[in-house]
Amino acid sequence: MLDARTPLVEMTDISISFGGIRAVDHASIDLFPGEVVGLLGHNGAGKSTLIKILSGAYKRDAGSIRINGQDATINNPRDAKGYGIETIYQQLAVADNVDAAANLFLGREITTPLGTLDDAAMEAKAREVMGRLNPNFRRFKEPVKALSGGQRQSVAIARAILFNARILIMDEPTAALGPQETAQVGDLIKQLKSDGIGIFLISHDIHDVFDLADRVVVMKNGQVVGSARTSDVTKDEVLGMIILGKVPSGAVAGPGALQT
Amino acid sequence: MADQHAVQTNVHPSAYARNPLQRFLSATELDTRLLGMVGALAIIWIGFHVFSGGLFLTPRNLWNLSVQTASVAVMVTGMVLVIVTRNIDLSVGSILGLVAMVMGVMQTDVLPTQLGLGLGHPMIWVLSLATGLLVGVGIGALQGVIIAYLRVPAFIVTLGGYLVWRGAAWWVTMGRTVAPMDPTFQLMGGGPTGSVGWFWSWVVAIVACIAIAVGLYFGRQQRRRFNFPLRPVWAEASLAVLGCGITIAAVWVANAYPWPVRIAEKYAEANGITVPPDGLFISHGIAIPVLIAMGVGIVMAFISTRTRFGRYVFAMGGNPEAAELAGINTRWVTVKIFMLMGALCAVAAAISSARLNAATNAMGTLDELYVIAAAVIGGTSLAGGVGTIAGALLGALVMQSLQSGMVLMGLDSPLQSIVVGIVLVFAVWLDTLYRRNKH
Repeated sequence: MLDARTPLVEMTDISISFGGIRAVDHASIDLFPGEVVGLLGHNGAGKSTLIKILSGAYKRDAGSIRINGQDATINNPRDAKGYGIETIYQQLAVADNVDAAANLFLGREITTPLGTLDDAAMEAKAREVMGRLNPNFRRFKEPVKALSGGQRQSVAIARAILFNARILIMDEPTAALGPQETAQVGDLIKQLKSDGIGIFLISHDIHDVFDLADRVVVMKNGQVVGSARTSDVTKDEVLGMIILGKVPSGAVAGPGALQT
Repeated sequence: MADQHAVQTNVHPSAYARNPLQRFLSATELDTRLLGMVGALAIIWIGFHVFSGGLFLTPRNLWNLSVQTASVAVMVTGMVLVIVTRNIDLSVGSILGLVAMVMGVMQTDVLPTQLGLGLGHPMIWVLSLATGLLVGVGIGALQGVIIAYLRVPAFIVTLGGYLVWRGAAWWVTMGRTVAPMDPTFQLMGGGPTGSVGWFWSWVVAIVACIAIAVGLYFGRQQRRRFNFPLRPVWAEASLAVLGCGITIAAVWVANAYPWPVRIAEKYAEANGITVPPDGLFISHGIAIPVLIAMGVGIVMAFISTRTRFGRYVFAMGGNPEAAELAGINTRWVTVKIFMLMGALCAVAAAISSARLNAATNAMGTLDELYVIAAAVIGGTSLAGGVGTIAGALLGALVMQSLQSGMVLMGLDSPLQSIVVGIVLVFAVWLDTLYRRNKH
């Protein structure tokens, strides 16, 4: 729409219901390379559900997903990873009782020629990636359970970038973090963006994402209210979209927009 | 963040320990919880030795203890993986009973007469065991599929299995006891013929010592390759001495237990050996069931720490949702765990029935409780995610030591149950305290 290039992700007319409740109702959303899209909305607006369809955690009832202009089949998290889609979840989805290296490589372990785990190689690689991301991180031998929220978040992010993700989904990426760690994550997002990675930032708090995002998409009651470039709208206007569903002049209205 | 000291990455943490004991523990990287269990075992052994009037720490009793532990030890290695993934298996005793029956019928009826192999054919134990493994894996797969794909809680599925397989065991022969077992099959149960003798026991000891040394050496090489902190050389040396010392001591004990006089005399007669005036000393050596249990222990420890499957088991136990989202096929892993558990039940069934020289309807009754208790005493957390094979094996040894110690002391069997029950609760309470203080 605003860009002639092929979108990295195009989700069209996605719907999903849970026990009669339409969690996502004909929602469409897209993402271009090197772009950060903030997906905003109240708790229960359907944003996490929509994005879990992309990451393979839920199966959509209707609609299509295109990756790089090609139709994509995503039935489980493994399929999504096959398309270079990596997700960092709200609840900091790390396996608590294994160490950082094991978490980084979970599901994609480095093995020796005999097919056994090569823990030393994985730890060396983990030290390299974590060194870039969070140079203060030293606790490689301890279960992730023993780490602080910020440290766990850096493990989760390292896990995503380790496998050259092209599409990164971050669900409330800074919700569990202090101000300093939030700034760290912000720097990291800019770095990933310059590498041409497309990023979805999901949040119910506009302040978390407005400064980082190129574009925002607002959802309400499972529908898309509208989308706008952050340069064309103010924070207050976006708040109006989130709360009332009122679409300002700088934004493109969606099916969920307030009819006046 | 106060917990992130700027530690030089290639200096071993033991360099910062203050007193010598701390330094030793830190330098050798030994698991303190495991050491605590070894200490508890030592106290139990010495206590029983004193109170039974010197009967416990004899080669004869220790040898018997090792054979008695074998069956539960085999099963507990699988139970660790089951419990680590937040499941439970209440059906292991019943599976053991059914598989023992099937193997009994195979070797006394199907193979020798219906297939015409005759008694004592060398293939009989192989084919019987293979059939048993097939049945065990099949039952495990069935229970695993119901748990993982139909989402029925493991507690319920295996509680059902507990009744179903016990009933099925009765059905195999309509309750008739199958005996005696084939002579080739009996070797798996121990006894004078079911032991490897002094020579092969020492061979096992030497192989084990070499394996310990080679393992330590390669571990060190691997750390050097990636520039990780190395253990001090003295720590590596003490680990090697400790490991080899325990191995040699165990084999020495096994070799110090001679064949019973009458059997030795019969053997001498049959082989034309003249019996010396002070009696013929033929060592038992390590019993075959104990070798089987040790082999199973090594393989299971390898699977749980060195393979993807093992890594997934522990990751799933810690956070099932995270494991699923990481792309692990958690359902299939669950099925595989229960298949493995079934196979281990079959091995345990072979050991138990060969040792008893019969397959009875009640075989394996209450085994599920001993196996679960051993796993839990060995540090497996019912909350999931935590447990080791070595700990569970030690747990099995602790349980069996308690039982045979109480038999030696002549305690009534109701009192034995009371003691075992109290010890179980007490051990788990201690473990809770230990974990709370650690974090």
